[in-house]
Formats: sequence, C-alpha cells, structure tokens
Amino acid sequence: MRYNGAEVLDVAELDFHAGSLVSVVGPNGAGKSTLLGIMAGLRERYTGRCRFEGREVRQWARREFARKLSFVPQSLRLEFPFTAEQVVMMGRTPYCDGLFEAPEDHDAVERAMGVTDSREFRRRDFRSLSGGERQRVVLAAALAQEPAVLLLDEPTTFLDIKHQLAIQRILRDLCNGGMLVVAATHDLNLAAAYSDRIVVLNRGRVVADGPPSESLTAEKIRDVFEVEAYMEQTPEGGSWIRYAE
Amino acid sequence: MRSRSAIVVLSALLLVAAAALMPLIGSTSIDYGRALAGESPDAEILFYARLPRVLLALLVGGALAVTGVLFQALVRDALADPYVLGVASGASLGAVLAICFGWRHAGGISPMWLAASAGAAVTLFVVLGIATQGRRMSSFTLLLAGVTINSICAAVILFLHNIVEFSQSFMVLRWLMGGIEPVEYSTIAWLACLVIPVVIYSFLKARQWNLLAVGEDWAAARGVPVQRLMVVGFVAGSLLTGTVTALTGPIGFLGLIVPHALRIRWGADHRLLIPCSFLIGASFLAVCDTVARTALAPAEIPVGVITAMLGGPFFIWLLRSRRRSLWL
Repeated sequence: MRYNGAEVLDVAELDFHAGSLVSVVGPNGAGKSTLLGIMAGLRERYTGRCRFEGREVRQWARREFARKLSFVPQSLRLEFPFTAEQVVMMGRTPYCDGLFEAPEDHDAVERAMGVTDSREFRRRDFRSLSGGERQRVVLAAALAQEPAVLLLDEPTTFLDIKHQLAIQRILRDLCNGGMLVVAATHDLNLAAAYSDRIVVLNRGRVVADGPPSESLTAEKIRDVFEVEAYMEQTPEGGSWIRYAE
Repeated sequence: MRSRSAIVVLSALLLVAAAALMPLIGSTSIDYGRALAGESPDAEILFYARLPRVLLALLVGGALAVTGVLFQALVRDALADPYVLGVASGASLGAVLAICFGWRHAGGISPMWLAASAGAAVTLFVVLGIATQGRRMSSFTLLLAGVTINSICAAVILFLHNIVEFSQSFMVLRWLMGGIEPVEYSTIAWLACLVIPVVIYSFLKARQWNLLAVGEDWAAARGVPVQRLMVVGFVAGSLLTGTVTALTGPIGFLGLIVPHALRIRWGADHRLLIPCSFLIGASFLAVCDTVARTALAPAEIPVGVITAMLGGPFFIWLLRSRRRSLWL
C-alpha cells in the first residue's frame, strides 16, 4: 500500500486482529497519521490494498463502516459552542436516522462518558475544556460509536500522567473485551508497557513489527529515532527505555 | 428536549407577533377591524402597502439568517455571512448591469430582478466549478473562490458606477444599499415556495450539519456524506441568498449576527439553530424595516442601516452577558 507515490508511506503488508492493542511508533513524518488515516477511510488516494473484513475500505458504505470503526484525531478544534455531551452524542450519528436520538443513544453516551471519566463537564463548552479533558471527550465520542476497531492518533499527548495511564488502561480493557485498538504514539515506554504488538515506522516503511520486546530494542531505537537508548529492567520485571545524549 | 421545543415555539410566537403588529405601525394609523371589513383607506394601506412589505421582510430576514448558519458551518468560520461565498455579489452585478444598460422591460417582469437572478445563478456555478476538483470539494477553496468572486464583482460594479451618468449612478448606489419594497402577492407566494422548502430541507439535515460544523474528517468518520452535504449546503444557501438579494439588494449584518446571537444563548445545535434563525431573523428584519420606513417618515432609511444600528448594540450586550460556560 502506498500514499502519494511512495514518499509518505510504503507499507508492504500489515495484518491486524481483533482483541489486540497495537502501537504504531516512529519519528515525526514517519507516516503514522497517514497510515491511520487510510485505515480510517479518510484518505482515499492510496494505491494498493487496504481491506477491512475482506472488503476494500474505499468500498464500504460510510455509515456501515462508521459502526465498525471509529477514529480519534490528534486534536479537535471547534469553531462553535458545542457542549461536551453534544460532541459525544455525535458519535451516535451512524445509528440515528431521524433528527432526534433514541434512549439507547443516550445510554451509549452515558456509558462512554463514564468510561472516560468525563461526565462532570458534560454541559461545558467543549472549547473551554483543557487539552486533556478534550481528549477524553473525543475518546468518549469514539466509544459512543460502539466500534469493533478503534484507531487513535496520539491519544495521550495532552494528558497528565494520571489520565495517560487511565487511557492506556481503558484501551487495554477494550482489547480484552475483543476490540482491536491501533494507536499512534510517541511514548515508547507507555507503548511497551501496554501493547501486545508494536509497529515501528520510519520514512514510510515498516522497520519492525512484533511484540514490544522484539520490535523495541536499543539498537532499533538508535537507528530509527537517532537517540542513544538503553533497555533497563524495572523492579517489577518489565523493561524500561532510558534515553541518553 | 422539552426546552428545545419551547424555544422553537417561543420563536414562532415572536414571528406571529411581528407579522401581526408591524403592519399596524406607520404614519397613518389603521385598524384590523376596518381593514378586514374592506373600508377605505385602511384596507388599501394594509393590503397593498404594509402587509406585502412585512411579509417580504419576514421571508428575506429568515432566508438570510438561515444562509448565515449554513455558510458558517460549511466553511467553519464564525465570520462567514450569506455574502461571503459570492452569490449575492453576482446578483448585485447583474442588477447593476441592468441599470447601466438601461434594460427596461422583459415581458412584464422586472429586468433588474431578472438580471440579478441570472447574475446569482452564474456566480453559483462559477464558484462551484472553482471549488470542486474532480468530485471533491474543499471548504477552504470554496471560501477563497467566494471571496475572490466577491472582489471581482465589486471591482466591476465600481468600474460601471464610475462610467455611467449621474441618475444611473444614483440608482446603482440605491440598489447597493438594499431595501424592502412592497411587492405583488404573487412574488411573495413564489418566494415563499422557494424559501420555506429549502429551509425545511436544511433543517432535516440538521444533525449532519452539527458534524460538518466540527470538521470534514470528523463528519466523514461518522458516516456523513460530507461532499454531498457541502454541495447541498452551498447550493441551498446560494439559492436563498441569490433569490432574496435579487429582490431587495444586499442587506448586511443580519445573516452574520442572528446565528451568533442564537448560539450565545442556546448553543450550536443546528436542530435548534436552523428553525430559530429563520423565525428570529424573519422577525428581526420585519421590525427593522418598520423602523426604516417610520423613523424619519416620509423619508426612508436604508434597512441595512437599521439592522446594524439596532442589532449591533444588542449583540454587544449579548456578548457581555453571555453565560460563562459559553464563549463566542
């Protein structure tokens, strides 16, 4: 699969399976967002194949696809005063035909806002929320979509430590419940700690793909990110990446 | 949910009140009882001078406010107004051409109206053509195309204004100020047949407009046919603006400010915003036009002056008193 010739992305083959948490890492401009955008059906001008449940992403009916897969963008800027709850309710669009929501739509929104700990600011203007609060609301909107696949573009970038960990735990739980979660991230330690599998991209190509212990080695990090890195053991027995000049 | 319908009902009552009361106001006081009994001059003043004018103001005000809502969501720019995407300036150019070339009669139809409608239609297709590449349309290109067409039309109008005789130059200026004038009931009837279905159609897409107002990718990722909705929104807004501008000339401020005022009070949900913009925009213009024809009677003030002078301070007051959780 390619995008924009081969300049941005040139991926030979990647398979994703239900019930796993996959992190996509790589330096800026490696093609992480492009890959997610293609998988989310938002970038249609790729060459090659990108299939979901055996059918080409481009050929899915939009609504039907939206009931299966939801996408959390890197950030969301609003021009108009929608409340947090209204933003989350937009996740129900693929299920609503008429002008107004059904009780089950309200239930789904309630659950999603509960999971992401965002009920307390439901009536606030989305634009008045902090970056981390916004991120939780946007994640809630994606969960209200009740998808089988969740794609996230740097979901924890704006979050404080508590909510970074909370979101990782939420994603872990969703995977244990059978969902496929694919997240682009810059935090290699978080990725290593929570993912089943890590895909390392560099200049549009997959340079490593496998369980964290195989794909995130000190050597790989040096090659791809151009920083010195050492793998250390945490007291709990996990591995921890320490960077150095 | 109940409060939402209460707001719509209240806005509808406001419109009914404006429609009923505005015709009573004027230099000659009239009475519904006498007018409905067909007594002269009450009946003539009501049915031939004031009522058609109030009805036209209602339709025009509603159409401009709804277009403001649609275009602001379409280009996701809070400063967008019904004129930003070029169609109204095309209508103006058509009307000005009709004035400059002295086109007088076209089989009983006003040549200025005909030329303005033609101008609006041509610009609609030109802007649409520029903004779509292949089958894709980008809101950013749409905005740039609209703004550019606006500038070109304005330049041609200025050029024509410079080379014509004094009397024509005065007519051009008068047109560009805009104004509501009494029209035939048949004109009001067909205008209503166009405006009301377009507004209802836009309202039925209100949920999708909410998502488009957030972003194109946001809407597309949730199953909204973004490209189709954008074209539909542009054509609907252009139909509304082009048609009313052909009748009244450009009337500023209303299409920008009514949607914002409603958002400050009631939020950005288009299911509320579209019907209330129509009802309140309509009432607002009917009131403004009544002020325009009575404040300095028998002289008339251009209604655009009144919309800005009445609406501006009111809007600033709203801005200062907005709820703390909502910003503009």
